[in-house]
Amino acid sequence: MMDKRVYLLCGHYGSGKTNVAVNLALALKKERKKVAIADLDIVNPYFRTKDSAAELSAAGITLIASEYAGSNVDIPALPQQLYQLTDDKDLTAVIDVGGDDRGALALGRIAPALKEEQNYEMWAVINRYRPLTPDVPSTLEVLREVEAAGGLPLTGIVNNSNLGAVTTPEDILASVEYAEAVAKAAGLPLAMTTAEARLEPALSGKIENLFPLTLQKRPV
Amino acid sequence: MADKVLMKGNEAIAEAAIIAGCRHYFGYPITPQTEIAAYMAKKMPKIGGVFLQAESEIAAINMVYGVASAGKRVMTSSSSPGVSLKGEGLSYLAGADLPSLIVNVQRGGPGLGGIQPSQSDYFQATRGGGHGDYHMIVLAPASVQEMAELTIKGFELADTYRMTSMILADGTMGQMMEPVALDLKVNPAPEKPWATTGTKLQREHNIINSLSLIPEELEKFNFDRYERYKIVEEKETMYEEYMMEDADICVTAFGIAARVSKNAVDEARKRGIKAGMIRPITLWPFPVAPFAKAADKVKEFISVELSMGQMIEDVKLATSCKRPVTLCNRAGGMIPDPEQVLRAIEAAAKNGGVR
Repeated sequence: MMDKRVYLLCGHYGSGKTNVAVNLALALKKERKKVAIADLDIVNPYFRTKDSAAELSAAGITLIASEYAGSNVDIPALPQQLYQLTDDKDLTAVIDVGGDDRGALALGRIAPALKEEQNYEMWAVINRYRPLTPDVPSTLEVLREVEAAGGLPLTGIVNNSNLGAVTTPEDILASVEYAEAVAKAAGLPLAMTTAEARLEPALSGKIENLFPLTLQKRPV
Repeated sequence: MADKVLMKGNEAIAEAAIIAGCRHYFGYPITPQTEIAAYMAKKMPKIGGVFLQAESEIAAINMVYGVASAGKRVMTSSSSPGVSLKGEGLSYLAGADLPSLIVNVQRGGPGLGGIQPSQSDYFQATRGGGHGDYHMIVLAPASVQEMAELTIKGFELADTYRMTSMILADGTMGQMMEPVALDLKVNPAPEKPWATTGTKLQREHNIINSLSLIPEELEKFNFDRYERYKIVEEKETMYEEYMMEDADICVTAFGIAARVSKNAVDEARKRGIKAGMIRPITLWPFPVAPFAKAADKVKEFISVELSMGQMIEDVKLATSCKRPVTLCNRAGGMIPDPEQVLRAIEAAAKNGGVR
């Protein structure tokens, strides 16, 4: 299923894009030689891909991030190695895009090259337990805004519905219907449903394309 | 669990304000509280409310003054440097006895400081924040759920006592995500016969003002206001006690520092040290009673703070300095870890309260 060169993760603010991106990069690295993860978040100065720098580096994944990412320098900076993502065709790239339409705006620079190459997935990460995307219409509205701002059509949906550390298997099972409805309304495939790895035994066999996650470190 | 939503602390404040009936929000963006403004910008237009990004923090607080004068529930939010800019407005709100809600999601200072969490605006908040004799009701949440609940409480208290309520949170509380139940009860705003809502030729003009040129009159305003503050102190103090029944060592902390400290208290208990914690929820009025009671029982107090030691002064006052009070702190955007607090507890236990 994962046969593309570039994977972009976009979606609404706080939907869990970064967490999914890091896990996706780690999964891709098991199959491919040269994998990079790029942090294009120009919205949120916290909870960045760079927080997982040690783990990514240990796995042999290149981290492309602004030198200001995760620092006290609270400016919307893009990494200078941005063009490597489109120029180096041997590279498998996971691109972590900032939240909402404001975040997707950063794609403008690379969208034309990605469109021309036609070897990418642009996945929208959704979480029905977030306050501004509880149902299909509100979620669709955000996805359309993201698509318009990024200048790149979506190709799939990632259901990352969760309630943080207290998520139960039932919470995730209850989200599938919502995710399928969003995908159907958007005319896109439901690429995967994620779940924290501890929930995998309770969910395996019950959910199509289940993608187990390990969580990035969280505050106290 | 499906009746809960996963929210950032900042989003919980914004949603709770809307639940409380606030339809007027004025702000200016600053990390780490910008999600409040972003949330209001998305939601207010959909529910017939007003979101306005003001040209500055000073403009925003004066817009709050205007809406509060008209008797509506109103809020603004900012982070430390922005709250300093609002200082003049806070004093005017107090001088005109206007109810409003102000949110400070603190970051490290002084000056422009940094964007990491801090509690170093404690003095500013609990002593009023601007010039003149006055207080604000200062509420310190320690979970995303409390960010929502205390926002509603803040609006209610503000209306009841015609005061400004402040939510004093920090960058961690603003940014962290937790599940929140939003089926929250709200007391609607009381009648406000003093508000400037138009006389309809049925009554005398209401005048909202903080200028008094007659000193005798201004003195009376101040004395009357402090009579009202006394009632707030008697009736509205909130705190949480944790394992204080038999405690020898009393840790005290609020907000994120209280979450860290609770872990340390648990670990100390496992190691046979009778530690407990008092967590002030109202920072003004400060919960004097539980500290005064504890001062006759415990050997030592430890104030855990993300500052150079500010609440510690209120702890010393509340305990009449009967027992030693030591400081366990980090500053500039750093957070004490449970190990640091545990070491302070162990040192206090070993010391036996003799300093």
